[in-house]
Amino acid sequence: MTETSPVQVLRTEVPRAIAADSRAGASLVFTKHRLSLWLKSSRPYLMLIGFAGFMGFWYLSVEIWKLPRFSQMPGPTEVLHEWFSKDPTYGLSIFVPEYYMHIWVSTQRIVIAFFLATVIGVPLGLFLGWSERFKQFVFPVFEFLRPVPPLAWVPLAIVMFKGSETPVIFLTFLASFYATALNTMLGVESIDVSYVRAANCLGATRWQVFRHVIVPGAMPFIFTGLQISVGVAWFSLVAGEMVSGQYGLGYVINTSYTMVRYPTIIIGMATLGLVGYVTSAAVRLVGDYLMQWRTRELALGGDR
Amino acid sequence: MLVAAKAISARVTGFVAGDDFWRGVVAIAAFLIFWEVGSRSHAWFGFSFPWVSQVPAPSAVLQAMFRLVQEPSFWNSTFLSTLRVFEGFFAAMLIGIPLGLAMAVSRTFFGISFPVFEVLRPIPPLAWVPASIIFWPTQELSIAFVTFLGAFFTIVINVIGGARAIDVRYFQAARSMGSSTWDIFRRIILPGTLPSIVVGATVGVGITWAVVVAAEMISGGGSAGSMGGAAGGGLGFFIWNSYVGGSYTQIVAGMISIGIAGYVSSAALRKIGNWMTPWLNEN
Amino acid sequence: MSAEPAVMRSRSAVAQPVRQGGVRINDVVKIYGARDTGILAVDHCTFEVPPGEITVCVGPSGCGKTTLLNAIAGFHSITSGSIYLDDEMLCGPGKLKAQPGPDRIVVFQNGALFPWKTNIENITFGPIMQGVMTRAEAYDKARAMMADAGLRGIEHNYPGEISSGVRRRVEIVRALMNNPKILLLDEPYRALDSLTKSVMHEALLEIFYKNRVSIFFITHDLEEAIFLGHKVVIMTTRPCRPKKILDIDIPHPRDYSVLTTKRFREFMEETVAAVHEEAIKAFAAGEKER
Repeated sequence: MTETSPVQVLRTEVPRAIAADSRAGASLVFTKHRLSLWLKSSRPYLMLIGFAGFMGFWYLSVEIWKLPRFSQMPGPTEVLHEWFSKDPTYGLSIFVPEYYMHIWVSTQRIVIAFFLATVIGVPLGLFLGWSERFKQFVFPVFEFLRPVPPLAWVPLAIVMFKGSETPVIFLTFLASFYATALNTMLGVESIDVSYVRAANCLGATRWQVFRHVIVPGAMPFIFTGLQISVGVAWFSLVAGEMVSGQYGLGYVINTSYTMVRYPTIIIGMATLGLVGYVTSAAVRLVGDYLMQWRTRELALGGDR
Repeated sequence: MLVAAKAISARVTGFVAGDDFWRGVVAIAAFLIFWEVGSRSHAWFGFSFPWVSQVPAPSAVLQAMFRLVQEPSFWNSTFLSTLRVFEGFFAAMLIGIPLGLAMAVSRTFFGISFPVFEVLRPIPPLAWVPASIIFWPTQELSIAFVTFLGAFFTIVINVIGGARAIDVRYFQAARSMGSSTWDIFRRIILPGTLPSIVVGATVGVGITWAVVVAAEMISGGGSAGSMGGAAGGGLGFFIWNSYVGGSYTQIVAGMISIGIAGYVSSAALRKIGNWMTPWLNEN
Repeated sequence: MSAEPAVMRSRSAVAQPVRQGGVRINDVVKIYGARDTGILAVDHCTFEVPPGEITVCVGPSGCGKTTLLNAIAGFHSITSGSIYLDDEMLCGPGKLKAQPGPDRIVVFQNGALFPWKTNIENITFGPIMQGVMTRAEAYDKARAMMADAGLRGIEHNYPGEISSGVRRRVEIVRALMNNPKILLLDEPYRALDSLTKSVMHEALLEIFYKNRVSIFFITHDLEEAIFLGHKVVIMTTRPCRPKKILDIDIPHPRDYSVLTTKRFREFMEETVAAVHEEAIKAFAAGEKER
């Protein structure tokens, strides 16, 4: 005998959530909205105050007050003038092709090392988190080698690998690899066990759980790890370039010092900061795109 | 093999441990064996493994380490490096923690300082070396400054993150019980941030080691080789020297020493951290 | 019975005859840790969950109810005793841990919809993983079930974009897609406010009347227990065993008007007294809130 419910609760439709028609469109709307909110708040003005304060202090201490400590430092006007001049005194500005060559060489090394580190580190991290047994075998060796700082590997790397490019890339790879693998492993380990249990209930095999629950679930951590990994890669790259490189931004900074081209040092540092930021942001953007579910959840204010 | 190892160990020394411990041991043993065989591959097999064959064998390294620990100059270098690490590290804590707390507590201050902070952060510490040398009067100070930078950024970020993550209900509870602002700072913000400070410190110390070693190598004679006179030793310098002098076993011995020193400092910090945050250790 | 294509055999919105899904818990004991030094969580517990009915389990926090549910689901092992689902032994002597499977699906306390999949991807997860339906078939059925449950329009949204009440419903539909014999609900409405809860209760009942799947439900909320259950099992404080079993003879179908009937209040009195007794014992023993 069928029983019909006197309650018509389920007949009413759920009010429509944000239209799911265009994923990119939806997130663009959020970005514009957040941007307009930001502009109306006090934040951009505070930011300007901060920068003004910093630049102001630099300018005043070098060029106006001429503080003794800062006597040999190049001032901001000198640096900016050099950076943007068509015929720079010391040979490097945005108008000189050599400038871009150095940027390109450094970036290329980062890309290769980062790519290798990700391709090896992420799967390794996933397995380390997923299989207790695998972790028991591999993790001790991993941890055994980890405390050795990247630069300490330089002489050994030079001995092991032929040529001048490979040791530098190896160094960068190593540091990047550790950061990626560790964060991936942590990501897997912090997945709420309920998700795995739910998947088991729903009849998924071990491999299906890995593919549909573990990998997507660890993604936020993986991408945080990748951002850290890019930062660490730049750290090691610069160190490597300063010690044993030809071309590249680290090399530029080093030689500018020895050749007493002080404004170029600052140009090098600023360029490094910029390029480093851009690579980090690129990783973050890729992550945001791949994890639409998270960007939308965060845009709506997180857990409701 | 595991079962045998466990059984032998239990009977011979009375040392009993879980399966996972023995698996780790087996793995490290396998790694060392592979290394040994690989580095001797040319002599034993007539052909050499691609990269490992260039590396000195663990047995040779062990001998070198044995000799090293008996030499006072080695301990001098270790002491020097450790000193530099702690100088830079404590400076970073001393300035970084208050700064981070200020940024976490005051929105205005955060708005002013964080953008500048974020712009400076991507610049690798080592890129600051030349600027640092120009600025500071002595070599030691310039290295210390760079080391300071290495740990500073990490510590500040962790402090801010930790302070922000404190559950807002603790503040509400305190206010409703009549706490003053200073009280809240001392009894809620400080202890609440402590775990993050510890994490920041443990990571920061690792970075500091990396920077110190790098700085020592560079000032000791990188390819540009001209950052003024030798910084006077330190383990980084020692490794670089061994390379220049062609003594490869010493290179590896030096690396291992740094690794051990770095590990010990991290472990010590973690222990201190655990001691300072006993409430985390329950459950 | 002629050979029907698989799609036709899948459930439609019409109510089915009472299905299987009775669980028998026989003298189950669960000790966490070593036998002599561990914590006794479940102490010789025996009761039955009749097929095609809603059985609710109430008791003080930390008493071991969730342990029982986890044992049925296959997430934890038991130390002794046995648990049967219809004629099949889930776990017992020789097999101390059941295998999780789509015949007993759990709906979790904090929700376990995969945040990285859309609602419809979540719902079709089970059949597609098991290979019992093609993608097209699964999506068709999912759309029909969602429409039935009043979830039309949010198929391609992510769980993070909808409210928690709606999320629960999606999770239940996800479970029902797999024709489970029994649904195991672990305090699913604990985190919801009481207004949303009352709507969820009526929604759950409607789903139950349509599908007649057995339900084993754990909660703290006594009103919820009596409102929903055919049978209420009141557990003692840890280690748990059934203290009292009430047959709620208020007729189905029920709606919220039954809350004010005399019979309902009589049941509330009985339940409150029993649970209160146990709660005092738990308080005295310094039980920590889980």
